[in-house]
Amino acid sequence: MVKQGVIPDDLTKPFWEAANEERLVIQNCTACNRLQHPPVATCRQCGSGDNLEWKGMSGRAKIYNYTVVYDTPIRMLQDNQPFNLAVVMLDEDPGIQMYSHLPGTPVDEVPVGASVEVIFEATANGQKVPEWRVAG
Amino acid sequence: MTTQNAPASFYRTTEGLGVWPHKGKVAAVGIGHSPTARRWDGTPENTMGANSILALRRAIEDAGVSPDQIDGLVIDPVTTTGAHWDAGDPIPMDVVNYYNPTDDPLDGIAKLSCEWLLKNMPELTNVKFTMYGTGCMSHAIVVAAQAVGDGLTNTCLVLKSWHNLEGRYNQAGVSAAEDVSGSYAIGPGRTIWGPPGCFGTALQFAEYCRKYGKSHDMMAPFMANSRRNGLLFPEGYWAQHRPEQLTAEDYLAARWIAKPASLFDNDIPVMVSAAYLFATAERAKDMKQKPVYILNHASSRGTARSLTPTLDEIQAETGSTGRKIFEGAGITADDLSFENMYDGFALFHQFHIEGLGYRGMKFGDALDFYQTDISIEGPNPVLPSGGNIGSGRSRFWMHTDCIQQLQGRAGARSVTGVKPEIAVSGGPMPMGGNFTVWSASPD
Repeated sequence: MVKQGVIPDDLTKPFWEAANEERLVIQNCTACNRLQHPPVATCRQCGSGDNLEWKGMSGRAKIYNYTVVYDTPIRMLQDNQPFNLAVVMLDEDPGIQMYSHLPGTPVDEVPVGASVEVIFEATANGQKVPEWRVAG
Repeated sequence: MTTQNAPASFYRTTEGLGVWPHKGKVAAVGIGHSPTARRWDGTPENTMGANSILALRRAIEDAGVSPDQIDGLVIDPVTTTGAHWDAGDPIPMDVVNYYNPTDDPLDGIAKLSCEWLLKNMPELTNVKFTMYGTGCMSHAIVVAAQAVGDGLTNTCLVLKSWHNLEGRYNQAGVSAAEDVSGSYAIGPGRTIWGPPGCFGTALQFAEYCRKYGKSHDMMAPFMANSRRNGLLFPEGYWAQHRPEQLTAEDYLAARWIAKPASLFDNDIPVMVSAAYLFATAERAKDMKQKPVYILNHASSRGTARSLTPTLDEIQAETGSTGRKIFEGAGITADDLSFENMYDGFALFHQFHIEGLGYRGMKFGDALDFYQTDISIEGPNPVLPSGGNIGSGRSRFWMHTDCIQQLQGRAGARSVTGVKPEIAVSGGPMPMGGNFTVWSASPD
C-alpha cells in the first residue's frame, strides 16, 4: 500500500533522513529527558526549544489499538480499502504513539498488545517511512 | 478595526476558580434559525451569509427588541463543514456583489466576518462590541456570556453558521495530493496513513468496549432516541428533509467508516445558521421570551501526549470538565434536569456524560444506561435535542434545545418526565470544548 509522498520540512527533516537510512529517531528533550511525537519546535513539557535532539529508538513497540478503515479521505489509499490502521506504542516510552497499516496482518485480525518491529517502506516519491510488522 | 478572537482569559479552563462571578446575571432570550440544506445551491439568496442574516433577524424578532438596541455581536468566523474552496477555484462574483462585500470575496460564502454582517445588516446601527469565538457555537456562547457579564455589551447577538459545498467531506485539498509535507505526514491529523475524521473516536470507543466489555450494538437505543428527538426538532435537517426514523436494524446494518464507527456514528454535514440573543439579566426580564439564565461556562483544553488521546486521557479530561462545570455553577450532577452534551461523533457522547456523572453514572456505565428509558418522557432524558445525530452537523442543537426546554417552548420535544430547571450543553470534543449551564431561574 503506497502512501502519499513526503517532502521533509525543516522541523521533521532529521526524522525523514533517518528513515531513509532505516533508522527510527524520535524527538527528545535532554533537559526533561522526555520523548515527544509528533515533533514540534519546543518541548511540550518545559517549553524550550534549546534542548531538543533526535534520539535513536530500538524499533520495538506494542500494538495499542486499531480500527479498520473502510472510507479514507486520502485518495491514494482508497483502492486498498478496507485496511488496518493501528496505533503502536514504543517500548522505550508507551506514551509515544505511531501509526501503522500493519503490513502482513490480515484485515481486522489485529493482535492488540502484540509486539511489533519497525520496517521502512518507500512512499510515492521514494521517501521512506516507518511502518510496523508483528514480531516473530 | 477588524474583529479579534476572544483572549484566553475569557475561558474558564481550570478547576478551582470558584463560582462564576456572573452566575445568573446573563440570560439567553431570543432564538433564530435559518432553514437547513444539505449543500449550497449556488444562488445568492441561499448563501451561508444569507442564512446568517436570516437567523440573526429571527433572533432579534424572537426576543422582541429593536435592532438598534443590539450593541454586541459574537460569531465563529470559521464556517466550513469540511468543504474546501480550493485556491484557484473561480469565485462567483455575481454572488459576491449581490451583497456588500468586504475585501475578502469569500466572506459570506465560505467564511464569515462580523464586518461582513454589519455591512449587510444596516439595521444594526449600535453595535460597538464584536468578537470571535472560533470553533463552534459552544465557543461563541462562552465568549458572549463572558462579554455580557463583564459589561462589554449588554444586548448581544451570538451566531454560528455553516457552509457546505459540493464534494465529499475532506476529500479535496491535501487528501488528494500526491505529496505532502513532512509535518503533515506524521502529524495528528489525517496523515498519510489515511484516518477518517472519526478515526480517533473509533479508537477510543474500541478501547472503551474492550475495557468495559461493551459492544457497538449497545449504541442502537441511543441512536434511535437521538433521531427520534431530532425528528421532533422542526429546525433540524432530518425533520425538514428526510423525516425517517432510524431503527436499530438500520443502525446495525450501516456500512463502516472506521470500524467500530459506522456511517450513522458520523453526523451529516449541512448548511444552517443559528443565532441567540443574550442580554444582562436585568434587560432580559422585559423582553418577549422568558430569560434562560447562565449559571456558568467552563472549557476543557486537554492535550494528548502523542498522536491520539488514550481512554485514560479522555476520562481524566471529561472528569475534570464535569468538576469545572459544577463548581462554577454552584451545583451538583443531581441538579441537572437533563443533559445536552455533544454527540457528533455519536461514539463519544458517553465520555461526556460519564465525566459529568449524569444520573450517578461512573466510567463504563453509559452503554448500559442507554438500554434503559432515556426518552424525553422518562426520568433520565439523554440528549433531548437529538444532537447532531438527530438534526445534522451544527453543533448547536443542544444549546437551542436547552434554551427552548427551559423557556417551555420545545413543543413536541419537551421533556415530560422531569421538570426542566437546570441543564448543561456543550462540546465538541471530550478533550477540548466549551460548556454552558442553563437555568430557568437566576440562582
